[in-house]
Amino acid sequence: MCTTCGCSPENHQHDHDHDHDHHHHSHSHDPGEAARKISIETDILAKNNRLARVNRNLFFRSGVFVLNLVSSPGSGKTTILERTLRDLSRDYRFAVIEGDQQTDNDAVRIAATGVPVRQVNTGAGCHLDAHMVGHAVEAFDLDALDILLIENVGNLVCPAPFDLGENHKVVVLSVTEGEDKPLKYPAMFHNADVMLLNKIDLLPHIEFDVEKCKEMARKINPDILIFDISSRTGEGMDAWYKWLVSGTRKG
Amino acid sequence: MHELSLTQGVVDICESSAGGRRVTAVVLQIGELSSVVPEAVEFCFEACAKGTLLEGARLIIERIPARGRCSDCSAEFPLRSYFNNCPSCGGHRITIISGEELRVKEMEVD
Repeated sequence: MCTTCGCSPENHQHDHDHDHDHHHHSHSHDPGEAARKISIETDILAKNNRLARVNRNLFFRSGVFVLNLVSSPGSGKTTILERTLRDLSRDYRFAVIEGDQQTDNDAVRIAATGVPVRQVNTGAGCHLDAHMVGHAVEAFDLDALDILLIENVGNLVCPAPFDLGENHKVVVLSVTEGEDKPLKYPAMFHNADVMLLNKIDLLPHIEFDVEKCKEMARKINPDILIFDISSRTGEGMDAWYKWLVSGTRKG
Repeated sequence: MHELSLTQGVVDICESSAGGRRVTAVVLQIGELSSVVPEAVEFCFEACAKGTLLEGARLIIERIPARGRCSDCSAEFPLRSYFNNCPSCGGHRITIISGEELRVKEMEVD
């Protein structure tokens, strides 16, 4: 049995651990109806948040900088990772967790860069959670890493409320998706610290108002940091890299 | 459909507090900004409760209205979405003070 989360090895996706720490039972002693009411007052995400804290402490102790990349499917997350790894993995020690419902296609692409990768298939699940990430990192020697990149399941809704223990959530939006995505999916843009506006090499061919898009993102999140990039041509990637490595202990 | 795993969480929390008694009703508080669709939670609840102490329990969902506070002028006001600006000064720097809740408030047992 896992000592952190209480799950059994054959059942990592569904553990049946109960988080007793955060339950405050107040049993009424009145007879009749009231006696059957139990006050719970527990956050539904309490268990995920507890496991995310465990992950965060582990990452901090190991000195690894962790990003959780979220976006809709097809925004170019994996291509951004491939290029980032090819350009930076000589100087910084990376590992990658790939979240997808099915297949290890993305992990195969990442493995081709020579960086250690772990695929997590969520099956019917539409997001990664702290429990899955806690087990996925068991495959890595965290003390020997500078940066862990977690590519979440492509979905602009479901991953938003699930803290994985990362330092920052990074939302990727590609210019082929429409500039009003931040307003349509506000929770994700509200929770992210960084936005990568990807595929800017396609701007001459499509109608996409970059400034309007950024204005909408800042309406949701005034402090969001935005990088315009093309993971295909490499345009704008240097500014992203500079920010990325500034989060590591190497600086 | 992240509501499925959240609803599984509700069942786990209630079972661990029920002391083996059958749960007849569960009250959830879901904030208006919480990116959770109450109807989806209701849809998932029956499936998640099946075969547990919560099977057949009534699910009561209380919506918590969203309120914000302006970081520039300190005004407090109701929020309709993440992108309301401050009705007093027009600022966008809003702290959400309620509306993101996802909480099991209480339950009834046999």
